[in-house]
Amino acid sequence: MSAAADSPGAGRYIGRGLPRPGARRLLAGRGRYTDDVVLPRMLYAAFLRSPYAHARLGAIDVSAAAAMPGVHRVLTGADFEPLCTPWVGTLSHFKGMRSAPQRPLPTDKVVWAGQPVVMVIAETRAQAEDALEVIEVAFEELDAVVDLDEARAPESPVIDAGAPDNVLFRTRIEAGSTANAFTAAEIVSVDLRFGRHTAVTMEPRAVLADFDPSEGRLTVHQSTQTPYQFQDLYARHFGLSEARVRVIAPDVGGSFGMKLHLYHEDMAVVGASLLLKRPVKFTADRMEAFASDIHARDHRVRARLAVGPGGLLRAIEVDDVTGVGPFSAYPRTSAVEGNQVVRLIGAPYRLTDYRADLTVVAQNKVQMSQYRAVGHPIACAVTERLVDLAADRLGLDPFEIRRRNYVTEDMYPHTTPSGYRFEKLSLATCLEKLHTLMDYPALRAEQAALRAKGIHRGIGIATYVEITNPTPAFYGVGGAHISAQDGCVLKLTPAGEVSCAISITEQGQGSEAIIGQIVAEGLGVDRDHVRVLTGDTETTPSGGATWACRGAGIGGETALQASRKLKGRILEIAAAILQAEPGTLDIRDDAVTDADGAPRMTLREVANLAYYRSDLLPPDVSPTLTVAHHFAPRGYPFAFTNGIHGSLVEVDVETGFVTILKHWVVEDCGRVINPLLVDEQIRGGVVQGLGAAFFEECRYGETGQLLNGSMSDYLVPMACEMPDIVIAHVETPTLDTELGAKGCGEAGTAASSGAALNAVNDALRTFGADIAQLPMTPERILRALDVI
Amino acid sequence: MSSPQTLSLTVNGTRVRHFVEPRLSLADFLRGNLGLTGTHLGCETGACGACIVNLDGQPVHACLMLAVQADGLRVDTIEGLSEAGTLADLQAAFHARNALQCGFCTPGILVIAHDCLGAWAASGTIPSREVIRDALSGNYCRCTGYEAIVDAIESVAKARAGRSDPQPGGEAAI
Repeated sequence: MSAAADSPGAGRYIGRGLPRPGARRLLAGRGRYTDDVVLPRMLYAAFLRSPYAHARLGAIDVSAAAAMPGVHRVLTGADFEPLCTPWVGTLSHFKGMRSAPQRPLPTDKVVWAGQPVVMVIAETRAQAEDALEVIEVAFEELDAVVDLDEARAPESPVIDAGAPDNVLFRTRIEAGSTANAFTAAEIVSVDLRFGRHTAVTMEPRAVLADFDPSEGRLTVHQSTQTPYQFQDLYARHFGLSEARVRVIAPDVGGSFGMKLHLYHEDMAVVGASLLLKRPVKFTADRMEAFASDIHARDHRVRARLAVGPGGLLRAIEVDDVTGVGPFSAYPRTSAVEGNQVVRLIGAPYRLTDYRADLTVVAQNKVQMSQYRAVGHPIACAVTERLVDLAADRLGLDPFEIRRRNYVTEDMYPHTTPSGYRFEKLSLATCLEKLHTLMDYPALRAEQAALRAKGIHRGIGIATYVEITNPTPAFYGVGGAHISAQDGCVLKLTPAGEVSCAISITEQGQGSEAIIGQIVAEGLGVDRDHVRVLTGDTETTPSGGATWACRGAGIGGETALQASRKLKGRILEIAAAILQAEPGTLDIRDDAVTDADGAPRMTLREVANLAYYRSDLLPPDVSPTLTVAHHFAPRGYPFAFTNGIHGSLVEVDVETGFVTILKHWVVEDCGRVINPLLVDEQIRGGVVQGLGAAFFEECRYGETGQLLNGSMSDYLVPMACEMPDIVIAHVETPTLDTELGAKGCGEAGTAASSGAALNAVNDALRTFGADIAQLPMTPERILRALDVI
Repeated sequence: MSSPQTLSLTVNGTRVRHFVEPRLSLADFLRGNLGLTGTHLGCETGACGACIVNLDGQPVHACLMLAVQADGLRVDTIEGLSEAGTLADLQAAFHARNALQCGFCTPGILVIAHDCLGAWAASGTIPSREVIRDALSGNYCRCTGYEAIVDAIESVAKARAGRSDPQPGGEAAI
């Protein structure tokens, strides 16, 4: 049994492993997800999807479909042209980036198998699907761009007819002179391939748009983590008043980044509601999810590392090629992952010279974009594989080579060769803590003893550095309408309870729970008296919402500062009544107290008075008991976190099957607000990373067909395949905020696949074998072992 | 497509009669016709386990059955099992241990766990963690990494067998 311990510096609520208040509702089957929402006169949408990865669109005959029972409208690309302006997935700070304009439904050609082409709107989903079967579309198949390397070849077909080639973005990062560093150095190199995988949220994407023409009001219920972003997109692209567009994200059944991108179906559903003036709902089924949710990764990284005397790492050169689908995703682009790969490689180490090239190429596959831990698992696996290869070459233990080469305590604030600035990391502390936690010497002894018996275990470790708490440096500077600040409206109700409306959102990670803890502690009230509201653009202030590990660090600081502001208001009113100085009063246990804690009046009494007997307040004292507060991070562009994973695996060298025996994580996300929730974020993240390491891959055929787009064919990690995961914490709070919290959502995913890669290679080492492709399937392991 | 048929069954202890198309799945009937939205659809192919309900006391995938196949039978969903208090200790353990995040897979997991706990109790065994993990092999969870779910079920198995562990997951009881 594992259970999180409270943080050593825990306060009344901050730092305590308290269960989530909102979880009881979900346990009782009373969750309300988007597909559960039913509106009067609601219609259902279904889409005819392209069977071809690349084809010219000819005539579309919808006459039979339009006459089917229950069908209200059949819409094609041309129907949306007058309604909706096209969108382009580029950001201005990615210099030279280009991507073709996108529309809800295509008008001239289709660019991936599964692209929605025709939309049927009917009284039931079943009727809409019946009508799809009688639609006739003339497709003229074109050669598909499928393979990553072929996509760059001069003879390759070009997906975007207006472009010279399939390259959407290129960048080079260069610091120092790698050419010099590689002269007379020991050199190790890798050529690593990372398969495509996808989020597989248990709740597929769902969107329900309801346009009321009498007021020009659009209400969209949507399974998303970023309602404000969608409010902006719908208003701008459909020419609606932003104040009349409301986006509600009810309970969200998992998102992991996948549900923050704009999908063609979203725009088609909104457009259909505008045209039909009725609510229109679309819920993706699982096959549609595989064929249209963003995929992630798909990188081929060639890299080499120069090692100087004493095992000191000197320089890294990188060439990362990533395939992102036919265009760049909107509004966050498909270049962010590659950009983070080339900036994070080598980050924990003292390198003198660095050079990295990134090439982002288009393919006729599902669009690729940000999914949990964006770029981190790639950068971590490349770096840590190189470091292990160097250790092996020099006869050093993996712990020892890292000990010798980490950025050291005296170097902070530290700037990496790629330009990232670290306020303070705890690399060496985490390394030593992991060594103890794993009982590393005992594991090595056990490994040797078992090896003699023909049992091949592997031990791998992987260090990560994680980007959290982003400022506008991420998206805002590139022109995206994506906020890096958060807002909080905090109200003392007439009964003396607290209502908190905040712009970060909840997908099960516990955003509402931690905000409740912070506000309760900040104000001095019982947590049960704080009600936290999220996920509705009309009832919460605008902000960044939840992505890139920003909820606790930025949203949490916003809530803390808002609670200080409301506390000030309460004390000013109380002081006027009590004829005391506000500075001599405090709030504890829902009561205004003297500085020594002696209660003077309850918050209910203060609130009753301000709301119902404001005549008793002096004329210069406002009865305001609602405060609004916004906070934007202004210090370091990102609050970097760090940590390290350990993996223990056993490889059956006859079948290629791997048993994952145990996994360890030592992580430092700054101040821990709720260790129970942090641990569960880490564990869930680790398992998603292990999925990428061993199971998950979107496999394509030569013509660009997705071959395993179902839950029976695409392998998601199951309970019986996963190990127990041991977690320990180091806390290095950021000094940029009072709260000191950084993010932890990516930490599990960032390094678990890298640790597993090193562990499997450690097991294969005695065979002179090396595996360089994720997922590490039994077949690939047997090929590495030269068995097949 | 053929004409609607009469369907008469007992759902969460209440007799219901509806006219339904023969092609309507039990899951769609529960969700759409009865508003029992605690039964979730994650794959509609019987792989993910989010739609599992009890049919005459046995767990079944509501996505793999037609509603008309349940004619004359008894269906218990998460809502009914929850309101009857049948799952109270299991729900309390899941809550205390934070054995759920987004909650979408949770109803199906609770129904399966409840069934397995009954079988383990009947045979007088306390399941190992491996046995619990194996019992969950028809339920996908994408958020938790499963360990907390295993912890919660293990604690209930022990508690029901009279060997209660201290409440996991911190100081607050449900």
